Amino acid sequence: MNADNCYFWPHKDLLDVTQLSGEDTFHLLDLAARFQEINHRPIKKVPTLKGRTVVLFFVENSTRTRISFDIAAKRLSADTYALTKSGSSISKGESLKDTALTLQAMGPDVIVMRHASSGAAEYLAKLLTCSVINGGDGWHAHPTQVLLDCFSLRQAWEGRFTDHTLLILGDIAHSRVARSNVHLFTMLGVRVRLCAPRTLLPAGAEGWPVEVYSDIDQAVRGVDAIMCLRLQLERQQAGLLPDLAEYSRRFCLSAAHLRLAKPEVKVMHPGPLNRGLEISNDIADAPASLVLDQVSSGVATRMAILYLLATRNGGKTA
Amino acid sequence: MLRITNAHHQSSPVDLLADGDKIQTMTPAGHCPAPADAEVFDAAGLVLLPGFIDAHVHLREPGFEYKEDISSGLTAAAHGGFCAVMCMANTKPVNDTAAVTRFMLDRAARSHPFGPRLHPIAAATVGLKGKEMAPLDELKAAGCVALSNDGQPVSNTELLRRTMEYAADLGMIFIDHCEDPQLARGWLMNEGAVSGLLGVKGQPDVGEAVQVARDIMLAEYLHLPVHIAHVSAKLTLDVIDWGKSRGVRVSAETCPHYLMLDENALAGYNTLAKVSPPLRSPKDRDALRRAVKDGIIDILTTDHAPHAVEEKDDTLDEALVGITGLDTALSLTWELVRENILDEADLARIWCRRPGEIFGLPWNGFAPGDPADFFLFDPEEVWIPGPDTLFSKGHNTPFLGQSLRGRVKAHWTGGRRVF
Repeated sequence: MNADNCYFWPHKDLLDVTQLSGEDTFHLLDLAARFQEINHRPIKKVPTLKGRTVVLFFVENSTRTRISFDIAAKRLSADTYALTKSGSSISKGESLKDTALTLQAMGPDVIVMRHASSGAAEYLAKLLTCSVINGGDGWHAHPTQVLLDCFSLRQAWEGRFTDHTLLILGDIAHSRVARSNVHLFTMLGVRVRLCAPRTLLPAGAEGWPVEVYSDIDQAVRGVDAIMCLRLQLERQQAGLLPDLAEYSRRFCLSAAHLRLAKPEVKVMHPGPLNRGLEISNDIADAPASLVLDQVSSGVATRMAILYLLATRNGGKTA
Repeated sequence: MLRITNAHHQSSPVDLLADGDKIQTMTPAGHCPAPADAEVFDAAGLVLLPGFIDAHVHLREPGFEYKEDISSGLTAAAHGGFCAVMCMANTKPVNDTAAVTRFMLDRAARSHPFGPRLHPIAAATVGLKGKEMAPLDELKAAGCVALSNDGQPVSNTELLRRTMEYAADLGMIFIDHCEDPQLARGWLMNEGAVSGLLGVKGQPDVGEAVQVARDIMLAEYLHLPVHIAHVSAKLTLDVIDWGKSRGVRVSAETCPHYLMLDENALAGYNTLAKVSPPLRSPKDRDALRRAVKDGIIDILTTDHAPHAVEEKDDTLDEALVGITGLDTALSLTWELVRENILDEADLARIWCRRPGEIFGLPWNGFAPGDPADFFLFDPEEVWIPGPDTLFSKGHNTPFLGQSLRGRVKAHWTGGRRVF
């Protein structure tokens, strides 16, 4: 795999898509497309990152992001070690700082961290000399998720982003996926709409470069893609919603909504799905759904991210 | 006798004569009738200011001496220009009995027998729990000058009312930390554009203002005074202005960090800027500056809230709230004099006269017979807050490592040199 000679990846860490230029983004997506080919081979492994160490440090629960990184690293022949909150000294009261310094002392090339606190990845990146990948921090950012969303839509839209409209539907306020997506897709020239009850919109959203809707029938009109967000059940308990049945009646994406969108509309969801709550069962499995494509794109995208960070000093390795 | 010569005071050179613990006279430079044996201090190039009174500090002793103790806190006060500080009750144990008050005063007398003076503030409720009134008469007799539930706002309005009434008989004023406990739950910073982008829970300004409105209406109904701690929001200023216009005896404070910083200081999840109440928007900051000038805000306080380094070296979620202020307050407020937002007379009013009047403490107006509390200040000396320059044990200031201007060079309280 040859890195583009005239391009140099400038980042030690991947904390949020806000740090990426358009050039960084397209370079990463091009690389992911080339790695995607490996994932279709009978033997899905290349020696590119042989001898490199990736620590998967998941202080908050995750299924798909963690296993996606694990598979991505192993397909590049890196060694991976997983650490979860319950299995680590954090459950004994060790601070994030001490746990992180301990991990670094073992010499990993990359630490992928998922953490419930917004800003935790930035804190770690300032503390450590190894590369840090933000696997999701609080409500703040989830760069690898939105890069894979972008990878999926780039294929579905045959490389064109302008003249397309993306609707993000659901709990925007507490969604790191939504924040990162708004930034990345508006940077690429996509029109972005948000649709949520006002209690699930972030403070200051009126100043974001988006259109805000509270009526789903209005919001879906003419869009090219709809991204449903998972509704955490605790939002209802926190008094932000009356009950889940009412939420479902107002905001659950159904086949009727798709008929108002573009005929070739795509449906996405970062998972895990609450079928029948934010997305109806038939939509989740319909041809318009990119949900499983997002998952397979995730492996290729994360292979590209790991490659770029782990080889940034070597430049043209492998 | 002590004679200070050639000091700058409100733009003119003056001489000052102090006899024992009292001011004798202040005259234009060279006109001071001093006896030949008076001790002379040449203050050429230095500004003469009255000793500041800080009505809101946390000195952490007893219980949290690793953050600060009364000795280190008073040393920071001495070097910051404060002749008197009023310390909040959220120690461990809480200052809700005379024994704790006497312990605090004993510590102060041992480490700083000549000042700066310590004035403890009584817990308004037992254990600061907001359930039952603390023994306020006992606390007053032991030396408490006011009462507050700072840090644990009283949500029970009936209890607040009865506590205000009971304290009024004792001549004690209620200092209220105003924060609606439900509206302002679980926040890390101001609710607004920055919190939305950072993805953290914010506290809306109305979470402060609604409680201030409650307090003002209660004070009006009871015909009693109330003092509002650390105002952070423009909306709150509007409420206070309304209260004052109705003749309610409401007084209010804000702190230098609300005048110098705004919510953008939280960018990058800067835990040193995490404080309660939170830093608000630039509009709030500008309105607070005007309100200090206009007198809607009566006084400045530091809300000096020292913490250990490791208590701030964490994610924004985990980091404790609080900013230290005793070391930096004067440099910061002199910056507002430099920018012509305040003048030297304003500083004397907001840091000395008004806190003295509100809390019934002696204050120096440089009139004959006033307490000999004053300090000399070099407005041009550049310094950088850091472990080597801060006298407080707490280094948790957002100005850490930044260049500040202005240092206290000599300080007298009660006519005695405290450094």
